[in-house]
Amino acid sequence: MSLPDGWEMVVGLEVHTELKTNTKMFCGCANTFGAAPNTNVCPVCLGLPGSLPVLNVRAVELAMAIGTALHSTISPSTFHRKNYFYPDMPKDFQISQYDLPINAGGYLDLPDGSRVSIERAHLEEDTGKSTHLGGSGRIHDADRSLVDYNRSGVPLVEIVSGPDIRSSAQARTYAAELRGILIATGASDGRMEEGSMRIDANVSVRRTGEPFGTRCEIKNLNSLRSLVHAIDFEAARQVEMIEGGARVRQETRHWDENLGSTSTMRVKEEADDYRYFREPDLVDLVPDQAWQDRVRDGLKPMPAERRAVLTLRLADPAPALLDALEVVIDLGLDPFVVAALDAGVAPEPAIARAANEIASDLDGVDKLSVESYVATLLMEQRGELSATQSKTVLAEILANGGEPTSVAASKGFERLASGALGEVVAQLIEENPDEWSRYRSGDEKLAQFFIGQVMKLTSGQANGKEVIAELQARR
Amino acid sequence: MPELRREDVAHVAKLARLIMSDAELDMFTEQLGQVLDHASDMNALDLEGVVATAHPFGLINVVRDDVPRECLDHDVVMAMAPDAENGRFAVPRILGEAP
Amino acid sequence: MKCARQMALDVQNGDTSAVSVLEESLAQIRSRNEELNVFLYVDEEGARAAASAVDERVARGENVGSLAGVPVALKDNLCQTNIPTTCSSKILEGWRSPYSATVVDRLLAAGAVPVGKTNLDEFAMGSSTENSAFGPTRNPHNTSRVPGGSSGGSAAAVAADMTPLALGSDTGGSIRQPAALCGLIGVKPSYGLVSRYGLIAFASSLDQIGPLTKTVSDAAIALEAIAGHDPLDSTSLPEPSPSLVAHVEDGVAGKRIGVVRELIDGADADVVASVERAVEVLKEAGAAIVELSVPEFRLGLSAYYLIAPAEASSNLARFDGVRYGLRVKADDVTAMMEATRTAGFGEEVKRRIMLGTYALSAGYYDAYYGQALKVRTLTIDAFRRAYREADLLLGATTPSVAFEFGSKTADPMAMYLSDVFTIPSNLSGEPAISVPFGTGEAGLPIGVQLLGPGRSEAQLFAGARVLEIADGRP
Repeated sequence: MSLPDGWEMVVGLEVHTELKTNTKMFCGCANTFGAAPNTNVCPVCLGLPGSLPVLNVRAVELAMAIGTALHSTISPSTFHRKNYFYPDMPKDFQISQYDLPINAGGYLDLPDGSRVSIERAHLEEDTGKSTHLGGSGRIHDADRSLVDYNRSGVPLVEIVSGPDIRSSAQARTYAAELRGILIATGASDGRMEEGSMRIDANVSVRRTGEPFGTRCEIKNLNSLRSLVHAIDFEAARQVEMIEGGARVRQETRHWDENLGSTSTMRVKEEADDYRYFREPDLVDLVPDQAWQDRVRDGLKPMPAERRAVLTLRLADPAPALLDALEVVIDLGLDPFVVAALDAGVAPEPAIARAANEIASDLDGVDKLSVESYVATLLMEQRGELSATQSKTVLAEILANGGEPTSVAASKGFERLASGALGEVVAQLIEENPDEWSRYRSGDEKLAQFFIGQVMKLTSGQANGKEVIAELQARR
Repeated sequence: MPELRREDVAHVAKLARLIMSDAELDMFTEQLGQVLDHASDMNALDLEGVVATAHPFGLINVVRDDVPRECLDHDVVMAMAPDAENGRFAVPRILGEAP
Repeated sequence: MKCARQMALDVQNGDTSAVSVLEESLAQIRSRNEELNVFLYVDEEGARAAASAVDERVARGENVGSLAGVPVALKDNLCQTNIPTTCSSKILEGWRSPYSATVVDRLLAAGAVPVGKTNLDEFAMGSSTENSAFGPTRNPHNTSRVPGGSSGGSAAAVAADMTPLALGSDTGGSIRQPAALCGLIGVKPSYGLVSRYGLIAFASSLDQIGPLTKTVSDAAIALEAIAGHDPLDSTSLPEPSPSLVAHVEDGVAGKRIGVVRELIDGADADVVASVERAVEVLKEAGAAIVELSVPEFRLGLSAYYLIAPAEASSNLARFDGVRYGLRVKADDVTAMMEATRTAGFGEEVKRRIMLGTYALSAGYYDAYYGQALKVRTLTIDAFRRAYREADLLLGATTPSVAFEFGSKTADPMAMYLSDVFTIPSNLSGEPAISVPFGTGEAGLPIGVQLLGPGRSEAQLFAGARVLEIADGRP
């Protein structure tokens, strides 16, 4: 979707990512998603009187890793209190970094060749979670709210981009590339649907060449799809307002996925006075060079580098493979694919099995070694496993572990005895004379029919390519 | 230093989530004004270039290992709640989204 | 009542039992608490259990600890499990902390027996204990006078022989001032020496926990027991508890002691006379006396009354009726928070929240809070200069002896000004001790104050001990 001629959108993104630590930012409570309400809480993250925060070293190092990956300057930093009353915030202030963030400046190069500047990437704590009851369940017409503090104090890094993004597609690419980086650093699992990555978009519009317009902030976009739609809607809304002679008001807006529109959440008020001051219960963070080097040395390759490694092995990837390729990069599954390609597996299965089978069971990825992945795909390529069987073997290893040959054997995926396939094909030709004559007269679609029938009769043990060979031989 | 006005005091009360009667507004305007007046002796100082101290001793990099500790028992937590429902803290309706 | 040191020795040696020591303490509390309003809560059951446990350990031949069987009073802004912690505020009425402060755990580890929670100015904001939601505490030396504050209950507990040891907290003088007015030793340790974990914060960058006792050596024993690094407090100094008891008798020979004009000027004549006598005593004990002027100390008051309220306004935000303590019902959550805080906080607390909120708010931050932080730097630099010329500093703890109830409540500024001598040490984070030295108007006790650079507690105790002996308490 594009704006009317002569208009340009200006977008900056604030990406909040929950850090994948064992414990919360300032206390030893477990940092897990989905526990029973108010079970992962202690005096610190409940804000009980007398409790004090102590910074989680892992959160600091993940923040430094993110900064390193984004070419930021890792700097001496401090923590501040952002004071405002809200029931999901147990101390009624949020501990956040303010004028001295741990990561200052930086940039992110996108696969399309564009560069988006990074203003800062700072540490802060998450709030609890409110559920609104009564009415429609939205905050506006609820009659009461219930608060769960399990999420309170979960470490976050907020990554603020410069206002460099000029289209919703570029915003999507930026968010996706950043997501890949967060996964690669080990900072995040990138699960937007669980809220572990949340995006606020600052959107304004201008006539090309003019100064920036008044911006609106769209809060809490929870998927790349929402991000794109919300930005497009909001930019169009602002253009329409200005063209109709109205002025855009600086405000915070809410994106309604069902209505496909944004609406005013709160107008920027003078009363927004957070009374920031240095958090006296925490001391300064001054990472020395040795510490920074340790973090840098521990970094795994970033998506751009890994994409380059893969692309080198794929002279001219089929367009159909490109999306799958991004999934592979995004989820860090490229070592599987690279190893498979290097072992001589064809690009299509090498990429697709990772993008589909492994991606659908990421929790099991530790159970599948790169060697097992390659071995399974080679068995498939040699015709010892059909495509279906190969997928089943991978799924089984991801679920329960094991080694490909024995898993295939335990599933009964023995190769059909030589000659057995020929008998089955001969039998089918006899039972389906019409289909056979159409195939013989050149209707290639009928090959699929015969393959399907063979699979049925052999419980999937046959190999599609070998069936075609048998058919060809009898043609 | 800026003069403290009654409307400043009213604004501050709102920020601090305190309700003030008219009499209290008058009283606090006067009393806070006195403290701020006294503080104006700081104005006479040339503090250009003086670094602000937020902390007496210069400790840095105080961190803890990322190792879980036992949480509070859920029943103990909820026993503190002025109002609770389904294992959560209950509050009357919230008028606006968080900033 | 015996001193804590002797009590612990007797309990450890089996000359007496922790239980009988406790019963004596409880009897004294029963006989005087109604009149003095010292304890907000007496934990007879918990104390008996703790005392029995000490006796059992003694019976097993274990070395229980330096405070074996010593009853201790805790200021009621220190969290202890199973019993109420109120900060003398209605907003926390009925709340029971699910955890204990580090100092409480350390006292128990040293064999002490916590007997209950003492009255204070609400959230430690005050200098007379008149700002308690549960009524004022009376000075055991003269019940028409204040005991000082904010640790007034803790001071009165020791002065009235209810316990030989109490813990207080000192943000701008709240241990030293009541110690002076009640005739006790009161110690404000170096910032970070004692863990603040479980101390309900007033002003986090200024607060320190410390002991109130009748003798210098009791204070040294108590501070050794509670000091030392705590991983639960990020501002806790990294080293273990220092050796203090061993240095109590070190004396002051060869030490340079700076007598600071700004820590004396403005004090009543009886107080000044005591300080002058203390100077003579220290000189006789071999100290070199240096006259000093540190004008920055006067500015400290202005900085303090912006910094402390600013931090307090944020620290006290959490008392909002959502999770614990008082809730006043209302239709929406903002109205509920406002109604709760308005009903739950007393006037002085509101005054400081207002002051601090204003000092931090947009447009005023630089003029007030920002300026105050710089003045804090000046104060620290001034101390540093003074310590080039002197090893310790000497002055008065308070401008006057214990004052009458109600004499300063109408004029907050007059009350604030009475903290002028104690505030500088909080701003610099350095230790100071108040020692009873002579009496003044109406025979009431007077305290003189020794101040030292960071981590100089051992020297302060040695100096205090010289004064203690000269004051007739060998």
